[in-house]
Amino acid sequence: MNKVKSLVLAGLLAFAPTLAMNGPALAQDNAAMAAPAAGNETAAADSAGNAAAPAAQAAPAAKVAAPPRMKPTLGKGMPMPGEITLQKQFSPTGHTARWLHDKMLLPIITIISIFVLVLMLYVMVRFRRSANPVPSKTSHNTVIEVIWTVVPVVILLAIAIPSIGLLADQYKPAPKDALTVKVTGYQWYWGYEYPDNGIPEFVSNLLPRDKAEANGEPYLLAPDNRLVLPVGRPIKLIITGADVIHSFAVPSLWVKMDAVPGRLNEKSFTIEKPGVYYGQCSELCGARHGFMPIAIEALEPAQFEQWVLSQGGTLKAPPATTAQAPAAAPAAKL
Amino acid sequence: MTTITADHHGDHAHEHHDADHKPAFFQRWFMSTNHKDIGTLYLIFAIIAGIIGGAISGLMRAELAQPGIQYLQTWAQFSDGPTATLDQAYHLWNVLITAHGLIMVFFMVMPAMIGGFGNWFVPIMIGAPDMAFPRMNNISFWLLIPAFALLLGSTFVPGGTGNGAGTGWTVYAPLSTSGSAGPAVDMAILSLHIAGASSILGAVNFITTILNMRAPGMTLHKMPLFVWSVLVTAFLLLLALPVLAAAITMLLTDRNFGTTFYDAAGGGDPELYQHLFWFFGHPEVYIMILPGFGIISQIVSTFSRKPVFGYLGMAYAMVAIGVVGFVVWAHHMFTTGMSVNVKMYFTAATMVIAVPTGIKIFSWIATIWGGSISYKTPMVWALGFIFLFTVGGVTGVVLANGGVDDVLHDTYYVVAHFHYVLSLGAVFGLFAGFYYWFPKMSGRMYNEFLGHLHFWVFFVGVNMLFFPMHFLGLSGMPRRYPDYPEAFAYWNKVASHGYEVMAAGMLIFFVNLVWSLVAGKKAEGNPWGEGATTLEWTLSSPPPFHQFETLPVID
Repeated sequence: MNKVKSLVLAGLLAFAPTLAMNGPALAQDNAAMAAPAAGNETAAADSAGNAAAPAAQAAPAAKVAAPPRMKPTLGKGMPMPGEITLQKQFSPTGHTARWLHDKMLLPIITIISIFVLVLMLYVMVRFRRSANPVPSKTSHNTVIEVIWTVVPVVILLAIAIPSIGLLADQYKPAPKDALTVKVTGYQWYWGYEYPDNGIPEFVSNLLPRDKAEANGEPYLLAPDNRLVLPVGRPIKLIITGADVIHSFAVPSLWVKMDAVPGRLNEKSFTIEKPGVYYGQCSELCGARHGFMPIAIEALEPAQFEQWVLSQGGTLKAPPATTAQAPAAAPAAKL
Repeated sequence: MTTITADHHGDHAHEHHDADHKPAFFQRWFMSTNHKDIGTLYLIFAIIAGIIGGAISGLMRAELAQPGIQYLQTWAQFSDGPTATLDQAYHLWNVLITAHGLIMVFFMVMPAMIGGFGNWFVPIMIGAPDMAFPRMNNISFWLLIPAFALLLGSTFVPGGTGNGAGTGWTVYAPLSTSGSAGPAVDMAILSLHIAGASSILGAVNFITTILNMRAPGMTLHKMPLFVWSVLVTAFLLLLALPVLAAAITMLLTDRNFGTTFYDAAGGGDPELYQHLFWFFGHPEVYIMILPGFGIISQIVSTFSRKPVFGYLGMAYAMVAIGVVGFVVWAHHMFTTGMSVNVKMYFTAATMVIAVPTGIKIFSWIATIWGGSISYKTPMVWALGFIFLFTVGGVTGVVLANGGVDDVLHDTYYVVAHFHYVLSLGAVFGLFAGFYYWFPKMSGRMYNEFLGHLHFWVFFVGVNMLFFPMHFLGLSGMPRRYPDYPEAFAYWNKVASHGYEVMAAGMLIFFVNLVWSLVAGKKAEGNPWGEGATTLEWTLSSPPPFHQFETLPVID
């Protein structure tokens, strides 16, 4: 317990500057967001810098200010009260998969269930004892038996073809220019490391209820530090577990991959729109399994670069330098 | 299915005198070698375990009725002492889900279906005087008592963060190895070992009995479908449980003797455990439901007064489900990082199971078609089973799609799915069988009105309880969470109210049970009329202590 606490504390301390900056920015994120969304790269950097001005003094070390903490949009990347279907999707695989579920599987299973129900209601009424006192002795009918074997086979084939296609699509290896982020599940928080950009691992803990409510973020979905990713660029997550099995899941991006100790699982996807996408650990991992949320903050590429710089990371542009940076960072980490 | 030569049931009146000499109480119930008495013991055991497992789900639904932690901390003081921390309260949650799963699977459904109804009716239905190995039958039952005691006892010893085994019924490594210090998980593993040994012995007994002790003329293709279902189930048990035993033995040695079967640091792999577990675990779900299929076939045929439609298709559909059930296990592991080709195979193989299942559903409806239905309580439960099992089955087809499972895996959608096939499938099968055979077993009729009332209240309750879980799962609520974001509050509240309705239904059941045992009208040998054609209805109710001292001859 103490070990975990001190780890968490260490993680928090390491990013105290970021946190300090995020604090004031949260209050005015709407205003701050408007500018970067409309403006170009430098404007974004400036306005974000202004928004975070009071905090910048407290953290003179950071040369570039992080973009302000994005405010979640209600109903985007999170479940809605009383919702009865899948969350809205924000990745290409998500669209295909949701199409398969909504336009194919759901109608088929509904029709089958209703068909069976209607058939049952019919026989229950038609063949009740008062309506049909003398039962028939029929116990075989080859034609009908062949039909109810072949028709389900055809239906299943019709499902299997797009389903296998979806799998092929989903597990295509990420392209070379994909951004690699290493995700590690711990009891009971997540760690994110950006080897491409030389950003060492930082941890992401549950945001306590009072803070979540003050920020207007959903309690139990909102962590303190988010996994920041660029929009439109293929992402390759390398997912592993440090102690027991966890599972990294973000429903609105159709992402779920177990974090297994001793294994490096790969999950690639592309985020289509900027936003905050929430998820939760999805493999029983001990006492605080329900209390290690996930949030992906997807930024426009320019803002993402600004964020990378604000974390002391480097951009990938000159390949010679990046080759050294990631090599050095993990070494320092381990 | 079978017709019996007329001169045989005339004998019962005088057979009764010699065959009905019962041993004294202790010898009869504690040293029993009588399949009917052992069946009764199994049923009593399953009812007690069911009450405990059901009460645990009541605790869980109470906690989940609204967001936030309401009761867990108070309850944790009972298991972890007055200084229980919040983490220990969260751990208690994991203990509850683990206990609920293990109790319902190993100590409620399996003992009731196979131990209870299987023991009672398999020998009678094939015209045998008893099981092949009566003493082994007795030890099968009595092994369950220490197994259950170990599981319940594990709640009060350290299991990691708090007391009790909080690993989920799947006991995944490394949460169950390095993640759970203390004896609780060892006790739970030993409990599974003993329960598994009990089931293997039972399976051996059923296979031998069914293959060797059928009455003259009772060929395999004349056996009632319930006997077929138990035969297939026994083979599944025999092949699947040793794999579980191996898997959890390696857990034990990893935990206690420094081996690293499931530890990557020593060259092992946590995924190995999952493959072994689900190689057992998937056949296990068919072990729980196949006897239910058998019961439903008997009941539908009896109350429609028609022979089962497509008997051979029905029997071999169960065989097919059993066989295919062994090669689909990794659909429980779609998100563990298997290669895409493996996922494609398991997607396709899993969907194949829908075909024999469809054959069963349609054959039941075809059995009713043209029949002359009397709506006695068992029939009403059987009809409920057919529809609800269909609903649970089609969501299984959705989950079979590896690509779709990426969002549904480990959410409440899965919880909804397996409760529709088990809590609404297997349990409806159990109640149908219980009402069907209650007059035969007890010699008294149950109350028809209370039976129907039980059905309707339970039907409404479980649907209210489990249907909203589809919505929760689709919108992303993960399983095994003691607390959840505000957004999930509405359907959780509905589900918790559903539990209350379901519990009221169970109350009606127990009132009916007690009333019927005490004051129920005496049952005839065959209370169901001409539709009931299997051998148990040729005997008195209750049957003599030893039946078929002269073997019946089947035409």
